[in-house]
Amino acid sequence: MSDLTIVKGKQTRAQKILGVFGKSFVNALLVFIALFWLIPSIGLFITSFRSVGDSSSSGWWTALTAPAQLTIANYTSLLQNDAITSSLLNTILIVVPTTILVILIGALAGYAFAWMEFPGRDWLLIAVIMLLAVPLQVALIPVARMFGLLGIFGSIPGVILFHVAFGLPFAIFLLRNFFTQIPKEVLEASRVDGASEWHIFTRVVLPLGGPAIASLAIFQFLWTWNDLLIGLIFTNAQSQPITVAIQSQLRQFGANIDVLSAGAFLSMIIPLIVFFAFQRYFVDALLQGSNK
Amino acid sequence: MTTDTAPAAAPTRGGRGRTPHQLSRRRQALVALLFLAPALVFLGALVIYPIIYTFIRSFYSSRGDEFVGWNNYVTMFTNDATFTAIRNNIIWVVVAPITCTILGLIFAVLMDRIRWSTAFKLIIFMPMAISMLAAGVIFRGMFQEDPDIGVVNAVVVGVKDAFSHGAAFPGAQPRADAGLIEDRGTIAGVATVQPGATQDFPLVSIRTDSLGDSPTLAQAADAAASDEVVGTVWLDFVPGGGGVNGEIDANEFGLEGVRVDAVDNTGFVVATARTDAAGLYTLEQLPPGDYRIALPSSNFTEGATGVPWLSSTFITAVVILSYVWIWAGFAMVMIASGMSAMDRTLQEAARVDGASEWKVFRRITVPLLAPVLVVVFVTLIINVLKIFDLVYVIPPGNAKPAANVIAVEMWTVSFGGGNDQGLGSALAILLLILVLPFMLINVRRFRQERQ
Repeated sequence: MSDLTIVKGKQTRAQKILGVFGKSFVNALLVFIALFWLIPSIGLFITSFRSVGDSSSSGWWTALTAPAQLTIANYTSLLQNDAITSSLLNTILIVVPTTILVILIGALAGYAFAWMEFPGRDWLLIAVIMLLAVPLQVALIPVARMFGLLGIFGSIPGVILFHVAFGLPFAIFLLRNFFTQIPKEVLEASRVDGASEWHIFTRVVLPLGGPAIASLAIFQFLWTWNDLLIGLIFTNAQSQPITVAIQSQLRQFGANIDVLSAGAFLSMIIPLIVFFAFQRYFVDALLQGSNK
Repeated sequence: MTTDTAPAAAPTRGGRGRTPHQLSRRRQALVALLFLAPALVFLGALVIYPIIYTFIRSFYSSRGDEFVGWNNYVTMFTNDATFTAIRNNIIWVVVAPITCTILGLIFAVLMDRIRWSTAFKLIIFMPMAISMLAAGVIFRGMFQEDPDIGVVNAVVVGVKDAFSHGAAFPGAQPRADAGLIEDRGTIAGVATVQPGATQDFPLVSIRTDSLGDSPTLAQAADAAASDEVVGTVWLDFVPGGGGVNGEIDANEFGLEGVRVDAVDNTGFVVATARTDAAGLYTLEQLPPGDYRIALPSSNFTEGATGVPWLSSTFITAVVILSYVWIWAGFAMVMIASGMSAMDRTLQEAARVDGASEWKVFRRITVPLLAPVLVVVFVTLIINVLKIFDLVYVIPPGNAKPAANVIAVEMWTVSFGGGNDQGLGSALAILLLILVLPFMLINVRRFRQERQ
């Protein structure tokens, strides 16, 4: 008995030493990885404050020792560049209606899937789950044709419609998962009180689903803001979002690194603010959207 | 859509009363249909109908006016560009999801042991918030070949310099009046040449000791084939005098290992070769066109040269790396949440029994996490199959064919000037077929969880 305790005591001491060593090793390793992960963004950030001449003759890291070369000239000229400022406005005009529509339509359908009885419900839900993975490439050609016939090809409404359609499966699935977690008693109580489904939806489900809707909003906002492909196909020079505007500057890398780096960073600022402010909701959207 | 449902839903208020069970099933189904209607319209018109249309379209010709049977599908697998795209997609699917999942697992497990895990999580997860376009701009900058500009090559060259001793022929200059110019260290022909031509490079100002112990006499190049440019790079100097400037004389030596580039009129390096012992080089497989033949400055300036990361050899690896930078955070967050929901008593028990950390990880933690790992893995595969932005943005023009993937090729042939929406439709259907098994896995998982 006493032998055993001695052995055990020794073991814990050895483990403690190992633990301290291991802990500082893990800390050092993770600091290294974190720095490694930060370098790309820091590089772009610093590059966006350097002149074209500096950027084409030396690396951004030289600014760490010679910060005098930094300038905000790229940003001031970028904000005077009509193509960029109007594309930034276009992005907002695309992202805001898309997000609102996806939430509204997705919430209606999500509520029906979560709390209403109707024939074929399970099969429809499975169809939605399958649509979650449909690559949007499969719709590009026919929808481009359809929009052409309707006269909305190249316009902002067209882009919004396409975004909404491909945002819906995720929205429906996510909100359904959240809504099913609302306690049954709450809904039953309203139903017994004689409230209509519409009333329950607007007065009970939507307010209780606040966090879920916030999650979806953040996700859809980032998704639409960062899109390149849909904008590339369904917009023209007047309606293009900022990602497309920057992309068109990419042909000669280096010659216009000033526009590129500042533009890329400008396009990142709002998503990053949204991300850092609401990252809990963003994570929730990912977890609920794929775990359940 | 709010006005659509509001009036229709209102009558149910009266119909309900105190006994909701009495509400007719038909009426309830009707209300549900109204709630679903906007979504069904969107999904029907812009997702389901297009899938059917694209499927049918894939059996028609480029302009859509002629039924061509399986032709587009045959083209897909026989055409070089599309076949490269399919092959690259396979590389992507094999490499990217597993790398992200393993990194995510490692990060999640290690993160568990530090105090600043929230900060670490944010840093790794942050790239998820930025567009792939911005990530593409970032990575294209990082992997620039010039070590003075690209941070990766700055490190590579820094390491290389520590072990080697610089350029082969520092300080070389072109022989005057030989049709050559020197600009910032690069030596190039003044005139452009076309495939089939010869471009010689008589150089001077090279220390004879940099020729090595046993230099080989320079030789004149044989005539070039129709898709080649050939020539000789040599030291146009006879020790002790004599010889004709700009011509290969009897006692002149070839310069070995000099890099020679064929540059097209947009500034891209189309082909690259190195000289042999006699100074001979052959630039092969040049498409018709005008080229300038150049000896890049890396041959003559001090210091090691950067790796051409954005060339066709490395491009797919670089683009996959940028994807991992973005999506490892996703895997990490998902796995970390799976771990926080995990019952830790098993691990504790195993530790008390003296099991090593590695054993605990492999025998207990990983098996318990298996369901989450499958979710992450399947999500990433679905995502990787349709990868577009990064591959569209990162490779410079000359490396685009080598980096091609299905989604980019689909865009190119349908909208990017290829003008073949029949082939484009077939490529889109191929993507859908490739995604199908993973769709079914998701459906199965969903049904299992419900039971």
